[in-house]
Amino acid sequence: MVVLKEVFVRQERCLGCKSCELACAVAHSRSESLFASLGESPTPRKRIYTDYWQGRNFIINCRHCEEPLCARVCPTQAMSKDPASGKVVQADERCIGCGMCQLACPFGVISRYLESKKTVKCDGCPDREVPACVKACPTQALLYVDSEVLMQGKRQALAQQLLDQGSAV
Amino acid sequence: MEKSIDLASIKMLNKAAAENINTAWQRFDQQQPQCGFGLLGICCRNCNMGPCRIDPFGGEPQAGVCGANADTIAARNLLRMIAAGASAHSDHGRDIVETLHAVARGGSSDYQIKDQNKLQALASELGIPWEGRSPEDVAGDLADMALDEFGCRKNTLAFLQRAPQKRQDIWAKLGINPRGIDREVVESLHRTHMGVDADYVSLILHGLRTSLSDGWGGSMWATEFSDILFGTPQPIKGMSNLGVLKEDQVNIVVHGHEPTLSDIIVYAAREPELLEKARAAGAQGINICGMCCTGNEILMRHGVPVAGNFLQQELALITGAVEAMVVDVQCIMPSLSQVAACYHTKLVTTSPKARIAGSEYVPFDEHHALQTARDIISIAIDNYPRRRPEKVQIPAETMEYMAGFSAEAIIAALGGTLDPLLGAVKDGAIRGIVGIVGCNNPKIQQDNGHVTLTKKLIANNILVVQTGCAAIACAKAGLLRPEAATLAGPGLRPVCEALGIPPVLHMGSCVDISRILVVASALANALSVDIPDLPLAAAAPEWMSEKAVSIGAYAVGSGIFTVLGTVPPVLGSKNLTALLTEGANGVVGAAFAVEENPEAAGDLIIKHIEGKRQSLGLA
Repeated sequence: MVVLKEVFVRQERCLGCKSCELACAVAHSRSESLFASLGESPTPRKRIYTDYWQGRNFIINCRHCEEPLCARVCPTQAMSKDPASGKVVQADERCIGCGMCQLACPFGVISRYLESKKTVKCDGCPDREVPACVKACPTQALLYVDSEVLMQGKRQALAQQLLDQGSAV
Repeated sequence: MEKSIDLASIKMLNKAAAENINTAWQRFDQQQPQCGFGLLGICCRNCNMGPCRIDPFGGEPQAGVCGANADTIAARNLLRMIAAGASAHSDHGRDIVETLHAVARGGSSDYQIKDQNKLQALASELGIPWEGRSPEDVAGDLADMALDEFGCRKNTLAFLQRAPQKRQDIWAKLGINPRGIDREVVESLHRTHMGVDADYVSLILHGLRTSLSDGWGGSMWATEFSDILFGTPQPIKGMSNLGVLKEDQVNIVVHGHEPTLSDIIVYAAREPELLEKARAAGAQGINICGMCCTGNEILMRHGVPVAGNFLQQELALITGAVEAMVVDVQCIMPSLSQVAACYHTKLVTTSPKARIAGSEYVPFDEHHALQTARDIISIAIDNYPRRRPEKVQIPAETMEYMAGFSAEAIIAALGGTLDPLLGAVKDGAIRGIVGIVGCNNPKIQQDNGHVTLTKKLIANNILVVQTGCAAIACAKAGLLRPEAATLAGPGLRPVCEALGIPPVLHMGSCVDISRILVVASALANALSVDIPDLPLAAAAPEWMSEKAVSIGAYAVGSGIFTVLGTVPPVLGSKNLTALLTEGANGVVGAAFAVEENPEAAGDLIIKHIEGKRQSLGLA
């Protein structure tokens, strides 16, 4: 079985530096260089969001849903789940910029991009070993792991907590 | 790609890896990717409504809480860098001025006035009577005058008059002639405080003013008085690179910037009692080596071996053969105490301004200079028996250098006047003169920026003058030997060979860039033109420090086209970038360029120089 890694967020580690946002925009620029991308047209756009709500930082990114609503509502079939990579990807040449996907997305991580008349969303950085946002995060708030590994880690942490509390029998 | 073009560095990096010791290069990798807002200069921490950032891609936010936009924020940040750099140079200058003051007014007997000719020349230039007076008396007046310039009520600096009249007029017209050495940096901090100067042009003009207070003020006093106290450099030969460390001697590396302590350590290390003590400890002698600009100060005057430049400070300790690294101020990595702890090495801090946890602190003051030097050397000798031979590996690499090219020495080498140099520039044998200065930076393969650019320029008949870590890089690469004339083009080569000088002239430490200003002014005055009219340029291929920002600013402010090899944090503001790279030409007659590739930087400089020659009507 192919193990597919995903980007997971440890919200408590986010310092709000927005390094992931910058790295995302640069990774999706033509030059893929911070300095060179500044003058590019269309302007490079981020596809990950560090938001601030009621005193806390939140990083919200595309969850690449197994049953993506954005793909279901897309009238031109521009949006689809790629079975090989597990990513929900957008075929730019089909996108008409109608924004139906934005309406459907439960996470608010699809943006309308006036310069290109398309929507933009996370493509999982298909050409990179590790997505640019994960690589840029200085506090490892973003993890790129197989979800099973992450879940196992959580179970172990819970088990340790129970042991520490003396509540395990 | 290797991290350095210097084989000695590569060997020590391999040793470090085998011994699991991190250096600046590993820490640089751990910092990747570096913060984009910082790289672009568009984060502001100047008040506690922030920190604020600007979206470099045109999205929101485009203003900080106070309303400062990218132009204001990037310009304020750059001005603060200039102010910090100017402060470092000028505070170094103050220390030298205070030393001369102590010598003159009887507070210190450990130093003498070594160069009375220079003292007399400077007194005449500055209108201080010297006939029939003792050198100490004259020096006292000079030192008082210099001290006054720091907090100045005259609203001008004495050395500005060395610049061509046209230059002085431009500064006056722009209102950027510095009024006092301390005053301009204080005003920089005031202007960049929340809610003061928000106009990026006004901020940068004050940046030029602040930097001029360094180049034509603090740094220039440092150079002039160092020459009076320790001797004006004359051509001298010595050895460079980590191979200068000796397996059977007590190795002491003096690192940092000021000549006061290092010079007297060189002197004290020759005392028979200390040599006897070293022999009793089992060593064959005491080997004083320099590092960075402290190294440059003593190599310029005594031909003391120089162990390396900025990125070799940790590598020197990794040889396992250093009994003590003695540091004063500036460019001293805090990591040294940790690297030293991996060996028997003692890190000795000496300045109350630069304390490092884990070091042995031996405070230095000019009133007890010789005794402090003896104490420090004794610490090193006592440490020699603790050296662990199994951990010692000194790379064999050494290279001879010829240094000591003060402005006075250059004129003397030319036969007492600048005319032969002017003649060679006029007839085109020498196309122009370029100052290559500055640091190492792990963003650039160590020394490659300096050496590649230097080789390209001399091959194209451009005389290169250097200071700082750039000069040490070229010393290690063999470019500071008269034999390097064979690498020069057909015009430059015979000039060097006739005079017996290298095609690359080492003019000193980073404060000694003031010497380059003096030579540039003398050339401009001889031709009755302004500095920007001359076929000159400057480059800082591997710069990293705030001092380099101040240097770049006063070079441009003095009318010298300056090429930077690493990108300064300004690109987040298109307006500021355009001002620095184009607009400044219309204001001060020179601007910056940024080029990371040293070959391409060379092309830029050659094109600039040929353009200036054409404007002057030179073939």
